[in-house]
Amino acid sequence: MTTARADRLQRSPATSRATPAGTDGPAESAGPAQPADPGARARGRRQRRRSQLIAWGFVAPLVAYLAAFYVYPLYRNLDLSLHHYTVRSFVDNDAPFSGWANYSQVLHDPTFWPAMRNTMVFTLVSILLQYTAGLALAVFFNRGFRLSGTLRALFLVPWLLPLIVSSSTWAWMLNSESGVVNYGLHLVGVGPVDWLTSPNWALTSVIIANIWIGIPFNLVILYSGLQNIPGELYEAASLDGAGSWQQFRRITFPLLRPVSAITLLLGLVYTLKVFDLIWIMTKGGPGNASSTLATWSYRFGFGSLLPQFGPGAAVGNILILIALVFGLFYIRVQRRQAA
Amino acid sequence: MTAATVPAPASVPAPAPAPASAPRRRSRVRTAVGVVLTALMLFPVYWMINVSLTPQQDMRKDPPDLFPLHPTFQGYQAVLNDQLPYLLTSLLIGLGTVALTLAVSAPAAYALAKLRPRGGGVLGMVLLIAQMIPGIVMAMGFYGIFLNFGLMNSWWGLIIADSTIAVPFGVMIFTAFMSGIPDELTAAALIDGAGSIRTFWSVVLPVSRNALVTVSLFSFLWAWSDFVFANTLDSGGSMQPITLGIYRYIGNNNQEWNAIMATAVVASIPAALLLVLAQRYVAAGVTAGAVKD
Repeated sequence: MTTARADRLQRSPATSRATPAGTDGPAESAGPAQPADPGARARGRRQRRRSQLIAWGFVAPLVAYLAAFYVYPLYRNLDLSLHHYTVRSFVDNDAPFSGWANYSQVLHDPTFWPAMRNTMVFTLVSILLQYTAGLALAVFFNRGFRLSGTLRALFLVPWLLPLIVSSSTWAWMLNSESGVVNYGLHLVGVGPVDWLTSPNWALTSVIIANIWIGIPFNLVILYSGLQNIPGELYEAASLDGAGSWQQFRRITFPLLRPVSAITLLLGLVYTLKVFDLIWIMTKGGPGNASSTLATWSYRFGFGSLLPQFGPGAAVGNILILIALVFGLFYIRVQRRQAA
Repeated sequence: MTAATVPAPASVPAPAPAPASAPRRRSRVRTAVGVVLTALMLFPVYWMINVSLTPQQDMRKDPPDLFPLHPTFQGYQAVLNDQLPYLLTSLLIGLGTVALTLAVSAPAAYALAKLRPRGGGVLGMVLLIAQMIPGIVMAMGFYGIFLNFGLMNSWWGLIIADSTIAVPFGVMIFTAFMSGIPDELTAAALIDGAGSIRTFWSVVLPVSRNALVTVSLFSFLWAWSDFVFANTLDSGGSMQPITLGIYRYIGNNNQEWNAIMATAVVASIPAALLLVLAQRYVAAGVTAGAVKD
């Protein structure tokens, strides 16, 4: 192996590591110096092998961790989905292999399509409205005024609260008889809505709460994206007589497109897997009115006295597949931006 | 929407308000609008506090009391009586998760950022994908494993499960941060005769204080807030976290909402503290992983 090749090999992780979190490795060019004579080359090779060994020594705990606590649970989950498990066989670990039976059972279940539809509606409506509200607020806060920093910090509160706290608060606010939301509606002359107990409104209710939780995330990311747009552009535009809306449409929005893409895709991946919120507010009900793939999977495994781990795991794996499709798309977009 | 409502031709996004009087007035209007928007956004939080102070007999009053005119501390009394063990368990699990997350992620990130192991790029990719796996799927996998190995209902089993939320995030934050440490700094340590471990421990880690704080904060908060793992892996345990405490409350005494909301208020304290004491780390944590400078 020539030194040049070794060089490239060593450097490639650093380049592809162009991580999400920014800042590239600082010294791309500071690879090992090219030794002149063959003796030095051999020494260099030995040294590199040693440094590789040290490097992997530092990484080893992480690799072991990932194998034990990511790969193994996922493998176990796959295993669950391919066997016919009952509580007994779960403990004895001798469930009969059932191939794709769980998947076919799930796909033919009358709940499948409603759950799929709810997952999509929940995810798309949530991220679209979160993004719109987050962007509007980011533009607003980006203008800078007294207290803007403090107020922006306060906007983070919903995102930081434990989900069980926000979910139960919203559940009480949306209570049909004593909820403050219905009281507010009453004040403007609208009759009471059975937010959580009517099949027509349950999904809307959890979407509203989820949007509330997601706005801060969108606000923070889009705000930091806005800060990277040079102020001179706006000055020049306003000299040319462009109004606020014009400036937003011609400068802010186009220049923010990369950050927007990342925000939306990340929101998509995160929202697909939302479980706590829906489970605490409606348990997916009434009926399946607010069931998503995540809550449905949970209900199979843990929601009844007679757990069905096989189908539950199968639904979970379908959910992983969907998340991965968008996830890989996200990674692609990010890599392209990093390049 | 906001862009349209503010009729400002000269909207230079500079944080400092200009000295002229017209911009100052505009700034004041914006502050007012900002306060109203923030109040709207935080209304649920206010409502949680309000309900937590409402006496039981007023709970179903119509119209509801918008202000705690006759505040009661019954709810908080109930928290002290019932929820203290849950809170302590959550504290223990949170701290344990922080320790485990830091121990696994910081050394690995040092290697990824500075020592360039072969295959590091693949590892980074694996971590990205790991973050996308739904918690409910992990919970089911862990359930199977914990049941077979007899780890069910143990607080440290929950630490392991909770740390899976934070470790990929931690590695990415640390890697990004440590990549920014000048190579001269680590090289100087090596010349002084420090080995890689010494360099990591006494040069890289102290310099990475900001990343340490960010990762610790988020891993604590996520462990503190976790409900999925707690409910699947620890619902029969003798030590249960506060999220389960609240969940039990909702399930058992459907009527005592002041006690439920008081617990919710207390469970929110870490988040509130975080925001007051470490706001910039929070913003850094949210932004990391999304925006490339």
